[in-house]
Amino acid sequence: MSAARSALLAVWEFVVGDDWRTALGVGLTLAATAALAQTAVPAWWLMPLAVLALLALSIRRERRRR
Amino acid sequence: MSAAELGLAGSVFLACAVEAVEALTIVLAVGSTRSWSSAMTGTGGALLVLAALVAGLGPALTQLPIDVLRVAIGGLLLVFGLQWLRKAILRAAGVRALHDEREAYASEQAAARAAGARAASFDGYSFAIAFKGVLLEGLEVAFIVLTFGANQHRIGLAAAAAGAAVLLVAAAGVALRAPLAGVPENTMKFAVGVMLTSFGMFWGAEGAGASWPGADAALLAIVPGVLLVALAIARWLRVSQSATTMREVAPKPAAEREAIGA
Repeated sequence: MSAARSALLAVWEFVVGDDWRTALGVGLTLAATAALAQTAVPAWWLMPLAVLALLALSIRRERRRR
Repeated sequence: MSAAELGLAGSVFLACAVEAVEALTIVLAVGSTRSWSSAMTGTGGALLVLAALVAGLGPALTQLPIDVLRVAIGGLLLVFGLQWLRKAILRAAGVRALHDEREAYASEQAAARAAGARAASFDGYSFAIAFKGVLLEGLEVAFIVLTFGANQHRIGLAAAAAGAAVLLVAAAGVALRAPLAGVPENTMKFAVGVMLTSFGMFWGAEGAGASWPGADAALLAIVPGVLLVALAIARWLRVSQSATTMREVAPKPAAEREAIGA
């Protein structure tokens, strides 16, 4: 494995950890908040709801693994 | 000091203290088993690398436009915070084992003894293990110092909070000459997870263009809200875990015993 690939894998492991779905969910939530903020609808409420769902789903996945 | 600055200093201090406790266990184990001077050299080297990382990246990060900084840092803090919080909730509920410093210390000592004879002057094993242990535990703290500090343009305050935590843990380690097994590590990790998630939500949404009701005062509702939700999930998991255990150990009804031929 090349040094660059190893470094990228280490960064991925450090930031994303063992749950890439949560990282993807955070990215999608930020994108959806940005899209909603362009409309007349308040956008702040989306983040707490999405975080609650991401946390619950992440815990459920780990509990099922054990 | 404002509420946001207090949150910054408190979160960095707690995160750094808990990682320093884990790093101390490694340094104590190799130092007491093989070579104090080599272990301390490794520790110093890792701390220098971490300080250089913060000093090098900190000023560069603060040059980014505030919305770009907030959305990037908010997203990273959320990804990081949700991982800390998930693990702390699972440990608090008994689904995941608690980190045991005495066990980690014994295991590091056994590995250090098994690593073979050491040279008279410089022990490469002690240096490498202490360097790697402190660097790996410290990287998460450096990340938190950089993200929290850069976003509020208070990297100095964040670094001072981290330095205070390192000094406190090191002083306790020197005084006790033993791993700090009595420190409530999971409670501290729980608190850090709550803070990272709360600030990640706040900054991420702001960076994406949303406006929180009450502006900065919204944090006074977000932090307790995240804490209450996390505690409620941990409690629900604990109750459901005990119910599962009770069902597994309870004697089976006669009809069921007959059905399975017992």
